[in-house]
Amino acid sequence: MILDGKSPTGPIEQTWDMHRLKMKLVNPANKRKYKILVVGTGLAGASAAASLGELGYNVEAFCYQDSTRRAHSIAAQGGINAAKNYPNDGDSISRLFYDTVKGGDFRSREADVWRLAQVSNNIIDQCVAQGIPFARDYGGYLDNRSFGGAQVSRTFYARGQTGQQLLLGAYSSLSRQIKAGTVKIFPRTEMLDLVVVDGEAKGITIRDLVTGEIRCHVGDAVLLCSGGYVNVFYLSTNAMGCSATAIWKAYKKGAFFANPCYTQIHPTCIPQSGDYQSKLTLMSESLRNDGRCWVPKNHGDNRPPNEIPEEDRDYYLERKYPSFGNLAPRDISSRAAKEQCDDGRGVGPGGRGVYLDFRDPINRLGKHTIEERYGNLFEMYELITAEDGYSVPMRIYPAPHYSMGGLWVDYNMMSNIPGLFVLGEANFSVHGANRLGASALMQGLADGYFIIPYTIADYLAQTEPGVVTIDHPECAKSIEDVNAYTDRLLSVNGKRTVTGFMRELGILIWENVGMERSEKSLTEAIEKIPAIRNEFWENVQIPGNGSGINQQLEIAGRTAEFLEFAELLARDALHRNESCGGHFRVEYQYEDGEAKRDDENFSYSAAWEYKGIGRRPELHKEPLKFENVELAVRSYK
Amino acid sequence: MSEHTAHGTMTLKLIVWRQKGPTEPGRFETYLARNITEHHSFLEMLDVVNEDLINDGKEPIVFDHDCREGICGTCSQVINGLAHGGQTRTTVCQLHMRTFKDGDTIYIEPWRAKAFPILKDLMVDRNALERIIQAGAYTSVNTGAAPDGNSILISKEDADYSMDAAECIGCGACVAACPNGAAMLFTGAKVSQFAALPQGQVEARERVFSMIEVMQKCGFGNCANHYDCQAVCPKDIDVKFIARLNREYLKALVM
Ligand SMILES: Cc1cc2nc3c(=O)[nH]c(=O)nc-3n(C[C@H](O)[C@H](O)[C@H](O)COP(=O)(O)OP(=O)(O)OC[C@H]3O[C@@H](n4cnc5c(N)ncnc54)[C@H](O)[C@@H]3O)c2cc1C
Ligand code: FES
Repeated sequence: MILDGKSPTGPIEQTWDMHRLKMKLVNPANKRKYKILVVGTGLAGASAAASLGELGYNVEAFCYQDSTRRAHSIAAQGGINAAKNYPNDGDSISRLFYDTVKGGDFRSREADVWRLAQVSNNIIDQCVAQGIPFARDYGGYLDNRSFGGAQVSRTFYARGQTGQQLLLGAYSSLSRQIKAGTVKIFPRTEMLDLVVVDGEAKGITIRDLVTGEIRCHVGDAVLLCSGGYVNVFYLSTNAMGCSATAIWKAYKKGAFFANPCYTQIHPTCIPQSGDYQSKLTLMSESLRNDGRCWVPKNHGDNRPPNEIPEEDRDYYLERKYPSFGNLAPRDISSRAAKEQCDDGRGVGPGGRGVYLDFRDPINRLGKHTIEERYGNLFEMYELITAEDGYSVPMRIYPAPHYSMGGLWVDYNMMSNIPGLFVLGEANFSVHGANRLGASALMQGLADGYFIIPYTIADYLAQTEPGVVTIDHPECAKSIEDVNAYTDRLLSVNGKRTVTGFMRELGILIWENVGMERSEKSLTEAIEKIPAIRNEFWENVQIPGNGSGINQQLEIAGRTAEFLEFAELLARDALHRNESCGGHFRVEYQYEDGEAKRDDENFSYSAAWEYKGIGRRPELHKEPLKFENVELAVRSYK
Repeated sequence: MSEHTAHGTMTLKLIVWRQKGPTEPGRFETYLARNITEHHSFLEMLDVVNEDLINDGKEPIVFDHDCREGICGTCSQVINGLAHGGQTRTTVCQLHMRTFKDGDTIYIEPWRAKAFPILKDLMVDRNALERIIQAGAYTSVNTGAAPDGNSILISKEDADYSMDAAECIGCGACVAACPNGAAMLFTGAKVSQFAALPQGQVEARERVFSMIEVMQKCGFGNCANHYDCQAVCPKDIDVKFIARLNREYLKALVM
């Protein structure tokens, strides 16, 4: 099937405004008759739930944490982009649009990206009005910093805790709606199934993580804002609970999964220290504003870093990409780091690390300035490594961080299942094959504050409210399925722990479907994943029962989904015979090692349709058209 | 020492609070944590113990955690009598085993406060904190109604002060450490964040009244200036925000 994203055409600067004009509206008096279920309360979910509540809809919001404020958006450090051009350095909506399309290696829809750039400015205004204490300069004006993949300073920030402050802002608006009674929240609740009635999304089945109760919630539309899936690598910068479960369950109910192979490996994370490791910690990319990446020029140079003189250091990013230097985009910087380590010049235990050095900026600007800019990051680094990043260069290494792929959505953010909308990292929309720094926060809030309130109305206006009730046979069936699934997990009663399986899968995916992929590595992964999955279902050990708090049962469910999803990830990577953005196939590269795109054959989004476990999913293509940017080799030299 | 112990690693004795549910009696149980290196985080050490328990067919220790990098505020344990283990500006998940030595005995307990009922083992219900926020910790701005961000000028000093308060991760350690189970630091930080900003002025009076009212209703105690809260706060939220809360309250009374 050729998919249509229903992007508006015509002059790009008018697309969103014209589209808004054409969409249907819901009469204010009727809004409260519509119930909207929002899964996830990160930036995307909290901003959507709050905004829809303000409009008068009847909203229910769900998250697995004990508080909506703890979604993983809280961990974002560096900042959020907007095209305000406050620094007068040449920024504009057009430039943010262009940078994002190019940064995504020309694998996203133009109109969607334009809209993102257009509403970016409203986000900053909204956040300031909420009382978010963004960094200010001495004149009292908002301050900006630079981020990878851009040559203008368009990133707004709140120390190294921008995600925290933005989420707390959205959470405050959400809390206001909870008090007003328009939003009801269900924390410690996990969505385990999507209820589809006559082809439309009408509900979700959840497990109450405290009581163990499995029940159905029905509504007139469902919003999945459940975040990303890079925990499929087991070790990643995501929180322990982040999973593909919500979107995978929707996929199994017919929603198409687009571009799963576009995964982002972040260049600046603290290297792994041992097998017992449970997660990896990101050091914000903003550090590359001042810090310089290097490795020793010579093999076997084991001198302490501060004793290695200038002429024996290889500032490889500055050498390879003179115009962007240390601010080269993430995919490029990550691969460059791997390249140095593969060449045997990596540092630290196992040679899997590169230096991120602040000696020069400290000499230039003083320690105080660096401390003011990144103090909390240095502190975090020291807590984990017991090393002082001010006096000894930090050691960093790439780690799985973000998923550009996700459920397929049209311009209205609706999946191919009517009534099922997907927002934030969970969808595939705007970042193409690679996301630029500080653009995920922008996207989450754009989706929730400024897009969904309009586009959902267009759907609801054509839908009669409240037709499906909790006693519908599809609800009963869904509850029965989830119960059976839970019982099946609990009854395996084998010998290996859940974490053992997740670790095994993670290593396989990292090695075969990670920073570099080949036909061989991918074929091997596709062969090995079902074996791990089969062993899981025969040999996993989950203590306890389902009738109360059971954290092993929770992670077992998430692992079971990852064991299915991983196969789709590898298949998508195998089918895409080109390199683009975060997807690097060793067979497709230029002589200098840069990614080689194949626009003639792969200028499309790949949307996969579920056909059963172990069966080949069906591929649908959405062709990408570029009318406003010229397809070009993405160069940061 | 156990024959299972690998060279250069530590074995620790854990004395852990186990409790099946909110109304069941709890008790301390003793476990050994084996093969722990200085690089294990505290929670990774507990992961090891849990894997051993599961392999022995026993129920693992339930504890709350998510980001494991000190920002989500989910992790919540009292270690050797101190919330988050007592290391300055550190959450449990950021605590590393290098601060312990081979053979140490470690007591691990949940947050203990009237307002935080225990759900299971080390996991508590912190919903009372949510209710304080819902009472008024916001500005009543609807989406779309905001003026340009730079039309509201805020001095760097005020922005920094507000940010110092806004850094609170809402973990509840301040409550757990307080002999009276007070939530004054939590509430004070939130009130102060808004009090320092022009955007917070319009609703300042109502905000401080409702938040304090709900705080009292939720079973939190009163501040008696012990300041254990700041000592354990992983973000080092300053007790000056408690004073600010009191000032804002008095100001609201005379307004
Ligand atoms: C360490 C780190 C630093 C980052 N720094 C930046 C940065 O500086 N700038 C930037 O732009 N981006 C950054 N990002 C990326 C950005 O933070 C995320 O992409 C973004 O916050 C995702 O928001 P979200 O709302 O889509 O999902 P999340 O914030 O992940 O929220 C997901 C929500 O879904 C819920 N959920 C998930 N599954 C279920 C289920 N089955 N049932 C019920 N609820 C469920 C969760 O409880 C949660 O509430 C960073 C990411 C990380 C990990
Ligand atoms: S787990 Fe997030 S702060 Fe400790």
